[in-house]
Amino acid sequence: MMGGSRSQWAEFGRGAKATFPLVVGAVPFGIIFGAVAVNSGLSPWATAALSLFVFAGASQFVAAGLVAGGAGLLVIVLTTFVVNLRHSLYAVSLAPYVKQLPQRWLLPLGFTLTDETFLIAEQRYRAPDNSPDKHWHQAGSAAFMYLNWQLCTWIGIVAGSALPNPGGWGLDFALVVTFIGMLFPGLRSRPFVASALAAGAAAVLLGSLPNRLGLLAATLIGVAAGMLVERATRGASRERAPAHTTARSPAPEGDAP
Amino acid sequence: MSNFEVLLVAGMMVVTFGVRYPVLALVSKLALPPVILDALKFIPPAVLTAIIVPAVLMPQGALDFGVDNAYLVAAVAAALLAWRSKNLLLTIVGGMAIFLAWRWLL
Repeated sequence: MMGGSRSQWAEFGRGAKATFPLVVGAVPFGIIFGAVAVNSGLSPWATAALSLFVFAGASQFVAAGLVAGGAGLLVIVLTTFVVNLRHSLYAVSLAPYVKQLPQRWLLPLGFTLTDETFLIAEQRYRAPDNSPDKHWHQAGSAAFMYLNWQLCTWIGIVAGSALPNPGGWGLDFALVVTFIGMLFPGLRSRPFVASALAAGAAAVLLGSLPNRLGLLAATLIGVAAGMLVERATRGASRERAPAHTTARSPAPEGDAP
Repeated sequence: MSNFEVLLVAGMMVVTFGVRYPVLALVSKLALPPVILDALKFIPPAVLTAIIVPAVLMPQGALDFGVDNAYLVAAVAAALLAWRSKNLLLTIVGGMAIFLAWRWLL
C-alpha cells in the first residue's frame, strides 16, 4: 500500500478529511476511556494495549467498568463479543465492495472497522463514480481514527492518573453526540425512521437484559421494523400504480415471502 | 501487565477481530440471499439509536425525562442541529458545548 499512486493517496487523504468530524467526537471519548480505565484497576500498559489491539471504543469502555466491578475474564470477553457483534454487520455490508482486494488489504481494513469508519467508507463505496481506489478512502479514514484513538488514550491515562473520579465529568456524552450526528443523514426515508424509532424504544424496554444483550435484540427489532414498513409502503404504491407502469423497486419480485 | 491483563487484552482482541475480519474476507465468497441484503441497510440507524436512546433517557439507569437531565436536553439540541444544519462537525461540537454548559448551569 506504500507504493500508492498520487490519485490513490489523494483518495486516502479525502477519507481522512471526511472522518475529521468523527475524530473530533472521538477525542473526548478516548481521553475519558484512558482516564476511567486506569481508575478502574487496569494498569496504564493494559489500558494502552486495549486501544492498540482491540480498537473498539464502546466495548473498551464497558470492559473497564466490568474490571472495576470485579467481573471475571470470561464474562468480560463474552460481553465484548456481544457489544462488538454489530461490527460483523458492518463487515457484511462492506464485503461486496472489497472482495477483489488481497489479504494485505483485508487484514488491516478488517482490524480497523469501527462505527465511524464504516459510516464514511460506506458512503464512499456507494458513490456513483467507478473509481477502483475507494478502499484507499476507507484506509485514510481508518488510519486517522486509529492514530487519534492511541493518542487520546495516552492523554487520558496521564490525566486519569493525576485526577480523581474522571467518570464524573460526563464526557461520555461525546459518544452519544457523535452517534446522533452519524444517525441523521441515514434517515433517508420513512422505513429508516421506523427502524430507528423501533430500535430506540426496544433498547429502553430491553435495557435490563443481561450482558447488554438488549443492544443486540433492539438492533434486530429495528431492522425488522424497517423491512416491514418498507414492504408495506412498496405494496401500497404498487396497488395505486397501474399494472403496466414501471415498478419503482429495482427488484419488484424480490420481496415475495 | 499481570497475567489477567494479558489474557483480557488477548481475549478481547480475538473476539473483536473475529467479528470483523473473517466476515469481511469470507462473506463476499458466498452469495447472500436478497432478504439479507435488504436487511443490511437498516443496521446503522437501528444500532445507533439503540445505543443513543438508553444513554440519553437513562443516564443513571432509570428513566429521567426532567430538564435537569443534561444528556436529554443536549441530545435534543444536537438532534435539531443535525437535522437543520446537516453538518457533522457543528452537531458534535455544538452538542458537546450545550451539554457542558447545561451541566455547569445546574
